[in-house]
Amino acid sequence: MFDNLSDKLDAVFKKLRGHGRLTEKQIKETMREIRLVLLEADVNFRVVRDFVATVSDRAVGQDVLKSLTPAQQVIKIVREELARLMGDGEDNSLKLAAKPPVSLMLCGLQGAGKTTSCGKLALKLRRDKRNPLLVPADVYRPAAIEQLKTLGRQLGIEVFDSTINDKPVDICSRARRYAELNGFDTIIFDTAGRLHIDTELMGELKGIVQAVAPQEILFVADAMTGQDAVTVAASFNEQLPLTGVILTKMDGDARGGAALSIRAVTGKPVKLVGMGEKLDALEVFHADRMAQRILGM
Amino acid sequence: RGRTEIDEELLEDLEEVLITADLGMKTTQHLIQALETRLAAGRLTDPEQVRELLKAELKKILALESRPVDFSSASPFVMMVVGVNGVGKTTTIGKLANQLSRAGHKVVLGAGDTFRAAAAEQLEVWGKRAGVEVIRHAEGADPAAVAFDAAKAAVARKADILLLDTAGRLHTKVNLMEELKKVRRVLDREISGAPHEILLVLDATTGQNALTQARMFHEAVGLGGIALTKLDGTAKGGIVVAIAAELNVPVRYVGIGEKLDDLRPFDADMFVSALFERS
Ligand SMILES: Nc1nc2c(ncn2[C@@H]2O[C@H](COP(=O)(O)OP(=O)(O)OP(=O)(O)O)[C@@H](O)[C@H]2O)c(=O)[nH]1
Ligand SMILES: Nc1nc2c(ncn2[C@@H]2O[C@H](COP(=O)(O)OP(=O)(O)OP(=O)(O)O)[C@@H](O)[C@H]2O)c(=O)[nH]1
Ligand SMILES: [K+]
Ligand SMILES: [Mg+2]
Ligand SMILES: [Mg+2]
Repeated sequence: MFDNLSDKLDAVFKKLRGHGRLTEKQIKETMREIRLVLLEADVNFRVVRDFVATVSDRAVGQDVLKSLTPAQQVIKIVREELARLMGDGEDNSLKLAAKPPVSLMLCGLQGAGKTTSCGKLALKLRRDKRNPLLVPADVYRPAAIEQLKTLGRQLGIEVFDSTINDKPVDICSRARRYAELNGFDTIIFDTAGRLHIDTELMGELKGIVQAVAPQEILFVADAMTGQDAVTVAASFNEQLPLTGVILTKMDGDARGGAALSIRAVTGKPVKLVGMGEKLDALEVFHADRMAQRILGM
Repeated sequence: RGRTEIDEELLEDLEEVLITADLGMKTTQHLIQALETRLAAGRLTDPEQVRELLKAELKKILALESRPVDFSSASPFVMMVVGVNGVGKTTTIGKLANQLSRAGHKVVLGAGDTFRAAAAEQLEVWGKRAGVEVIRHAEGADPAAVAFDAAKAAVARKADILLLDTAGRLHTKVNLMEELKKVRRVLDREISGAPHEILLVLDATTGQNALTQARMFHEAVGLGGIALTKLDGTAKGGIVVAIAAELNVPVRYVGIGEKLDDLRPFDADMFVSALFERS
């Protein structure tokens, strides 16, 4: 067995030596290997199908075999297409230019890393010379408010006072007024984890969006997510005007194909990447690096 | 000729079902190839028969010869709960504590996650809901010291069961996996044979990485079983099939929500049926 795509494709081309254009058989074998690699990396089934079709077209259109290293040539195409699909070269900076206070809302499934990412974002923004206010709007998860307050304490960043008896939409509206009156230029709203199929809780998020009109609505996704990533992301994106994605837990060994799936179905850029549990473990996203990671290179 | 075409399409459909349920390519290919062999041998004509055959095969893989957890096999019976970040360890402990205490056992919880912000507070809320005592230290304390105290307390209170929470950790972090081993040693020193069960919690939305998680946790501390959480979403959690096939670790519980009652024993029939339901 071969471990990486490069070796696998080399084997395909060695077995099926040809001249000039790729033969149909070579294309088929090649695409089979690429498909396997992507599926093993958790890229969604349908996204893989479309992707393989695109790469296949490009490979046929080029004289891949005239190159001395056809496998490398194909991999180059695959990497370029992957990076392009993931938004290579596109602007994935946070949009904070509006009149302050600027609001950012984080949302996503249970346990994705929202609360931790709120803390990380607050630290990052303060390092960028901003003055952020953290707002705990999760009244459901046991000790969620206490969790954010602890992070705030660790960072020396103020956390808006709320209790589990408050309504999330009210907390957010009040926090916004509080920020206006007290000179905060950025507000970070932490929301409770929820399933995309939970109509009531998704409605609550819509209420928050209506109440505070966030400039950034960031979908927080776990890099280890499997095939379901497309269903969840598409659903969040349909119900809320998402502006971007935070991909968490990238410090592990997951290949992170979910990133590609999410980008493909939402069209929203991955803006930031969580690289650990510590509060400074937040990095900007690089499409090309992600492409290499998905390919296991 | 016509029938072969239908069969091929059917196999492709079934392959899609398995892949999109996160069974992984190795398991999927293995299952589909076995079906192909059966089809080539003839006799099967009805697509429904083929589907049932596949379901039976899946159930066979999942139906491991495993004893259920026997909480009365030791006193106190110690269960340690492990897993990567955010999968549902603390919540599962809360639900389990409630079930066990309702069943008449005296349960004590150990707040072995001293790292994550407000992890002990979270467990305390669950302890209150379940009506059981929680042993905790301050944030940043040594988790092995919590394990030590929790074990001592469980013995002193004549508890039947100690459930020990641990901090979420990625299986790739060597020092954190070593820390787990240390906690396990401390428990064994205090209560001979403890922990009697190490439960790995897996999130059903996780893809292929769950297999690596199971492998590495199994290698590090030895797993007795798995709790598969968040099955109330649209993810199927099919990776447990690959895990059962490779590691022989049974799924014991499934999490189907965030409430106290949302924990059920694993049922292979229901699980396999759900794999084939379109969501
Ligand atoms: N290794 C790693 N762990 C992370 C990262 N981001 C968050 N975590 C951990 O993931 C777990 C869940 O994080 P939370 O921030 O509580 O997730 P959440 O989305 O707020 O969870 P809910 O509010 O329950 O929906 C915690 O153990 C975090 O420490 C990351 O980038 N890397
Ligand atoms: N929908 C759903 N949510 C769940 C289920 N089990 C746990 N959760 C949620 O998942 C999130 C994380 O759960 P925790 O119990 O904190 O997970 P954990 O593994 O202890 O997390 P860390 O200690 O941070 O590693 C919380 O929001 C829980 O309410 C489940 O079966 N279904
Ligand atoms: K489900
Ligand atoms: Mg949270
Ligand atoms: Mg926990």
